[in-house]
Amino acid sequence: MPSRKLIVDSKEIEADDGLTLLQACELAGAEIPRFCYHERLSVAGNCRMCLVEWVGAPKPQASCALQVRDIFPNKDGTPAKINTKSDYVRKAREGVMEFLLINHPLDCPICDQGGECDLQDQALLYGRAAFHRFNENKRAVEDKHMGPLVKTIMTRCIQCTRCVRFATEVAGVPDLGATGRGEDMEITTYLEKAFASELSGNVVDLCPVGALTSKPYAFNARPWELGKTQSVDVMDAQGCNIRVDTRGPQVMRVLPRLNEAVNEEWIGDKTRHACDGLMRQRLDRPYVRKNGRLQPVSWGEAFTAIAKRVADTKPERMAAIVGDLAAAEEIKALKDLMTALGVVNLDCRQDGAKLTPASRQGYLFNTTIAGVEAADALLLIGSNPRWEAPVLNARLRKTWLNGNLTVANLGEPFDLTYPVEQLGSSLGVLEAVANCSHGFAQVLKDAKRPMLILGPGALARADGAAILKLAARIASDTGMIGPAGSAAEGGWNGFNVLHTAASRVAALDLGFVPGESGRDVAGIVDGAQKGEIDFIYLLGADEFDVGHLGRAFVVYQGSHGDAGAHNADVVLPGAAYTEKDGLYINFEGRVQLAERATFPPGEAREDWAILRALSDVLGRRLPYDSLAALRAALLRQYPHMGEIGTVPRQAGADPAVWEAIGSGGPLDVSLPLKNAIADYYLTNPIARASQTMALCSREFVGPAHKMAAE
Amino acid sequence: MAFLDRTARAIFFWEFLKSFGLSLRYFFAPKATVNYPFEKGPISPRFRGEHALRRYPNGEERCIACKLCEAVCPAQAITIEAEPRDDGSRRTTRYDIDMVKCIYCGLCQEACPVDAIVEGPNFEYSTETREELYYNKEKLLANGDRWERELARNLELDAPYR
Repeated sequence: MPSRKLIVDSKEIEADDGLTLLQACELAGAEIPRFCYHERLSVAGNCRMCLVEWVGAPKPQASCALQVRDIFPNKDGTPAKINTKSDYVRKAREGVMEFLLINHPLDCPICDQGGECDLQDQALLYGRAAFHRFNENKRAVEDKHMGPLVKTIMTRCIQCTRCVRFATEVAGVPDLGATGRGEDMEITTYLEKAFASELSGNVVDLCPVGALTSKPYAFNARPWELGKTQSVDVMDAQGCNIRVDTRGPQVMRVLPRLNEAVNEEWIGDKTRHACDGLMRQRLDRPYVRKNGRLQPVSWGEAFTAIAKRVADTKPERMAAIVGDLAAAEEIKALKDLMTALGVVNLDCRQDGAKLTPASRQGYLFNTTIAGVEAADALLLIGSNPRWEAPVLNARLRKTWLNGNLTVANLGEPFDLTYPVEQLGSSLGVLEAVANCSHGFAQVLKDAKRPMLILGPGALARADGAAILKLAARIASDTGMIGPAGSAAEGGWNGFNVLHTAASRVAALDLGFVPGESGRDVAGIVDGAQKGEIDFIYLLGADEFDVGHLGRAFVVYQGSHGDAGAHNADVVLPGAAYTEKDGLYINFEGRVQLAERATFPPGEAREDWAILRALSDVLGRRLPYDSLAALRAALLRQYPHMGEIGTVPRQAGADPAVWEAIGSGGPLDVSLPLKNAIADYYLTNPIARASQTMALCSREFVGPAHKMAAE
Repeated sequence: MAFLDRTARAIFFWEFLKSFGLSLRYFFAPKATVNYPFEKGPISPRFRGEHALRRYPNGEERCIACKLCEAVCPAQAITIEAEPRDDGSRRTTRYDIDMVKCIYCGLCQEACPVDAIVEGPNFEYSTETREELYYNKEKLLANGDRWERELARNLELDAPYR
């Protein structure tokens, strides 16, 4: 890209023509105050706070809206001179700040943004504290209803329109807009309806003042009293990077952390607002079922009850299931324990997805999240990314906005916030695409970088393995498996499996699947009903048919009193994701480290420690006494788990690998493809324990929403 | 001459008479000590004694839970928890001052944007047990109600200098 020279504050720099002057100034190390400008949104240029001086220009320039290509050199050929710190600039910005503060209520003491407010910070630098000449009445604006997550105090609004641009551009839900002009301009949802997006919480982070704040967090805490811990989200399988803010023993809020490769700076509403579920319905002490009721007991008693039962049960009549929120360490500990006991009925695929650990490419999101931006054709098969991974969906929308991504959906129709060609939900269409007799097969073939996303709706079926095989065939036939190498080197692999469970990839990597002649989840439930399985160990597994386990002895280890605990004979209280250090692998195969933010409540312990203690009682002592030793053992066995933050390199096309993915079999064409998630807000025990999520579910998914739609 | 002067003083017990005179003057002079529990010395309007939470004349509590006093307190003696009240306004659900930790620096009343937390003129609140010095919101509001007249007057007197 052509570039040109600028002199910013007497420092000469070379800036790309495509940059804005604001970005160029930042390259030169100058700090430019701004309210409306945001890297990920379109340029509005309406706050005027970023004014700089272009020597020779008649007026101060709004640097966010001025491109470097429009800055011509001086007449004598010397580079244009930009001042960002001169008295002229200072006076201009002070004037802008005075205008902004005319209608701002200055109610910082009762404002939740206080302490992390851009306007507050910049008023400190550019406000004229000892000087005010505005004695007229201030404007007052009626507050708007934006749903259960966003609280509005519109008098504080400075009309930067970041929220409007976010809703229209990133979230793809044009629910927000501005009415009126000048002093009468108001940000509104037009019809007093809730902001119906899974990403709505992000407008709270974007708002530079306290006009939009978090409703569940209202008045709860001040930013300076919070402890901040870097962690990883487990509400979906994307592994969004988050910051957990705690006060004492309580998680007060969850905020996104910048990671360009995973979540940019957005997170979904479930990630952000399900944290109040961490304080409710918690299992804080062990329980054992006596006379049909769960009675609180000591750890020793609970372990003895398990040991007695294990001693009486043959390994082939025992089973273990890993839930959706488990970290790699405890999956490894459970696998080691069960292997020591000789148990082969192991499974991590609660939803019954027909995935096998045989080939890693066969169950990963190979394109990678950032790689999606290079795609030009996309086939969704039984997937609803808007609910399965909302931040990924924002990335898909961004790709569609930036280029010419053609999207076709094979499955239940759903508003994905970008135009989608509906191919129907019959599997016959999938066969037609695979046989190249369908029009979209040609679109995929003609595309430079085609990709497909295979969702849980397609895999969690009886014929899931056949669909997987067909999808792998489409991938290799339509040229989705491109050259080897990382995305930066031009590697491409368009075959993607979209998971919804944060633990799934780690569990598949660790081989937590039925061993030789072992049973899968359906087999275990079936066996329990028939009396062929007598002992089931659930590691936070609540999402399958827990109520129909017959007379089997069920041990539930987990953090919340959900379906699994209600049907258990022994309950062992574990730690939620904010209460333990753990490795999580997202659907791309990216290993990420989550740090502990608080301690588990009451007598609850970290999950690997519970399994280690139990192994002692069962006489099968696990060979690690600390998390570090467990991790070391994990890394010895699976070296790729040590590569924190990196995605696997594309292996390139190898027909043998792609032939082996999935297995042949008849397709059940009469059964249409369905979306796997019935309610985005209630997909795991933590979210189901959260009041905020219950409110959202009622507002956006539940009966109230359906009534409003009718 | 010095010899004569010294001798004359010695003969007439001049120093003795002088000291008797001084004693006699103070004997009849007004007393500097006060009869403490029944009489009290004057204190400045800026005196930093026992804390109180004030109310507005209509009975509404002033404190808006901005937590600035909690943040500024160098002894970390203040603990505040807040949530929206039923009418949606920002109020504390808990306002505790550990009077044992407090160093009476007065920064809390300096920080308060609404003159809610103040240190009043009262210094007579010694207790028999330690627990009684862990003040909660009711105690502080009761203090405010009891001392409002003095508190308001002190603030008024100090206002020109703030």
